[in-house]
Amino acid sequence: MKVLMLGWEFPPRIAGGLAVACYGLVKGLVHHGVEVVFVMPLRKGDEPAQGYRLLGANEIEVPLGSVPKESWVRTVTWYGLETWLGPYLEQIATSPLEFRTVWPEEVEAPPGSLRLEFSGRYGPDLLDEVYRYAYVVSHLAERETFDLIHAHDWLTYLGGIALKEKTGKPLVVHVHATEYDRSGEGANPLIYEIERRGMEEADAVVAVSWYTRSIVVEKYGIPSEKVWAVHNAVLPKDRVPVEKPPSSRKVVTFLGRVTRQKGPEYFVEAAARVAPYVPEAHFVMAGTGDLLRPMIHRVAQLRLGSRFSFTGFLPPAEVEKLFDLSDVYVMPSVSEPFGISALEALRAGIPVIVSRQSGVAEVLPHALKVDFWDVEGLADLLYGVLRYRGIRPFFQRHAQEELAQLQWERSSARIVELYKTLLA
Amino acid sequence: MRRICLYFQVHQPFRLRVYRFFDIGVSHDYYHDLNNRALLERIARKSYLPMNALLQRLVEKWGPERFSVSFAISGVALEQMEWYAPQVLESFQALYATGAVELVAETYAHSLACLKSRREFERQVRLHLQKLKKLFDAEPRTFRNTELVFYDEVAQWVSQLGFSAMLAEGADTLLGWRSPNFLYESAAASIRLLLRNYKLSDDIAFRFSNRDWPEWPLTAEKFARWIQDLPADQPLVNLFMDYETFGEHQWAESGIFAFFEAWVNRMLESGEAVFVTPRAVLQALEPQAALSVPAPLSWADSERDLTAWLGNELQTDAFESLYALEEAVSGIQDPAIQRDWLRLQTSDHFYYMCTKFFSDGDVHKYFNPFSSPYEAYVTYMNVLSDFTQRVKEAAPRRVMTSD
Repeated sequence: MKVLMLGWEFPPRIAGGLAVACYGLVKGLVHHGVEVVFVMPLRKGDEPAQGYRLLGANEIEVPLGSVPKESWVRTVTWYGLETWLGPYLEQIATSPLEFRTVWPEEVEAPPGSLRLEFSGRYGPDLLDEVYRYAYVVSHLAERETFDLIHAHDWLTYLGGIALKEKTGKPLVVHVHATEYDRSGEGANPLIYEIERRGMEEADAVVAVSWYTRSIVVEKYGIPSEKVWAVHNAVLPKDRVPVEKPPSSRKVVTFLGRVTRQKGPEYFVEAAARVAPYVPEAHFVMAGTGDLLRPMIHRVAQLRLGSRFSFTGFLPPAEVEKLFDLSDVYVMPSVSEPFGISALEALRAGIPVIVSRQSGVAEVLPHALKVDFWDVEGLADLLYGVLRYRGIRPFFQRHAQEELAQLQWERSSARIVELYKTLLA
Repeated sequence: MRRICLYFQVHQPFRLRVYRFFDIGVSHDYYHDLNNRALLERIARKSYLPMNALLQRLVEKWGPERFSVSFAISGVALEQMEWYAPQVLESFQALYATGAVELVAETYAHSLACLKSRREFERQVRLHLQKLKKLFDAEPRTFRNTELVFYDEVAQWVSQLGFSAMLAEGADTLLGWRSPNFLYESAAASIRLLLRNYKLSDDIAFRFSNRDWPEWPLTAEKFARWIQDLPADQPLVNLFMDYETFGEHQWAESGIFAFFEAWVNRMLESGEAVFVTPRAVLQALEPQAALSVPAPLSWADSERDLTAWLGNELQTDAFESLYALEEAVSGIQDPAIQRDWLRLQTSDHFYYMCTKFFSDGDVHKYFNPFSSPYEAYVTYMNVLSDFTQRVKEAAPRRVMTSD
């Protein structure tokens, strides 16, 4: 069985949970004897590749004159990006972005072939790259042999649809996040449309939790019988956590994109309630996003500047160090399809408080849970973790047991089962 | 003639309100009055009042010689009846006045004090006896410990308090090959033991309305036959259960009331059985054997141990932190501190921190105001932090060891 997998992120370039999940899943599939070719936008050559093949869209030669004229993609017009893609931008847009028209009209079509450029990032030209990626991978129809197409998140759905149209092979789309999670009711209609289209065209949809499955069914109108819930997992610990240096300081950590979806404002408000009662508490907000500045302003307004650290985006090695220093990890997401970082915090042995509006809550019966909007409930749990002795040992014992159950081999076995159903 | 001993437990805790850490030192108001009142009123309407009326009818029909029952009503439940539902208390008093009821003593706060302090345990038993004397003019001779917690040492204490009988769980670990359907005595103390027949008791208390149970539906005829079919030499059947079984754990719609009434009538019409109190059992029967149990047994869950209350770190920490205050509290006269000291000992608070979700969790969720054991723990510890401060302030010269 051979699967052509399309994904936007792969280690070592990690922007969020997507890369980690794709990596774990690929390894799990290989474990079950599935042949995997993973196509990412930009391959640099430093990615780990053992037992599977990696391919970058930047390495694939395409004949430029062959752009399909009828592609529905082309009918879309671009709007100002700063309003649309806020959750994805790596930098906060400081100046209004220009209006541009959609590729491929812009590209001249010289004879011969060409390799297109990809940044592989979530920059202001993200949509442009998404279209380019779809166009490039559609050429794999003739060059690669495979039994199935498996596309991760909307960024690669268009490529998946194109490949399915050309080859007639079954298409699986894997929903790690939806526009509904990222933006709530203020969803970007174009991204929503790409997502809906991908889910409709797909022969099966994989959702990373029951929570996300219900969003796929209810918000995207996808028939529930073709939507599978397969939880993410976590790779075994590959390093020993460093013993926390003796310190009376207690570190409370938020880690993730500082965007509406992740609920940073609830973290700040809960911190404001805890801070006067736990003088030794220090709060870290790691990550960046369009709400970072408002959060810094709010913290200043609350006169909590000396109690807060804003680290900006942290690479994986720094994340591990942060976990080593942390006493509790908080994930107050408004809508979190899964929340793999909570598992990583757990793996580092830290108590986690997750919102009930998260997929990870489904697989961690012993995690501390709170509704994202319940600032006082969150504050109370934080206080309890920092001040009362019972939680930490209890939590660590049970959470480690639960964590041990969350293996990629298991999740991948479900995916293999799905593949077999589609190929039967 | 077979003797059937019916014993009902009536207990409601003072459940805590949502008490945040920023309430510590600010508010000493710990209880969810509205919720406690609403729950008591609901349970009274659905269970206590209709069941009391039913028992009253049966007593009038058969007379106390043939139909008597026993109750333990915890001190904290009696307090709540006095506050919130005096008509319920009056209803129990009226039932007691028929002479067909034996009241059984327990710890006032329905606590697990015996595990920590003999002094506190005995103090609470005396408080409960005083309460029963005052409200019912009763002088109990039978004792039951919270959740039927029983072991040799506690049997000694209870015996020395002057009780002649004690109720306990007919656990396999205690009985071995023996049947619970005899009167026993403690090997460690001069006290008789009535052991719960857990199979027949739980057929009513837990399984009555369970449609997955092969014996469903349980009819009066069937249940009477099971008892009639017991070996003829077994003189006693002890059916012990929560009183809320009738109308609350098993809803009226399940037919539980009609079942109970029909079953009692059927047993008595047969002329082969009478319903008696523990006191009457002691007068009629001699103990079959002496039993010994060194470690605590309870009637809870499949393990019949204390893990539902003290099985995890949350519970242990809360329990230890609470009892670290005993010495200091004992020297304080303040009635508000004494009141809270009792109410915070009620075993339900620790039950809510239980994390055995997957085996017996359903029962533990009953009337549980918290959505997770962490919430239960954090709320309790917040309250305990405030209480600790009050105790420190009231006893300034004492050295405190607890946080």
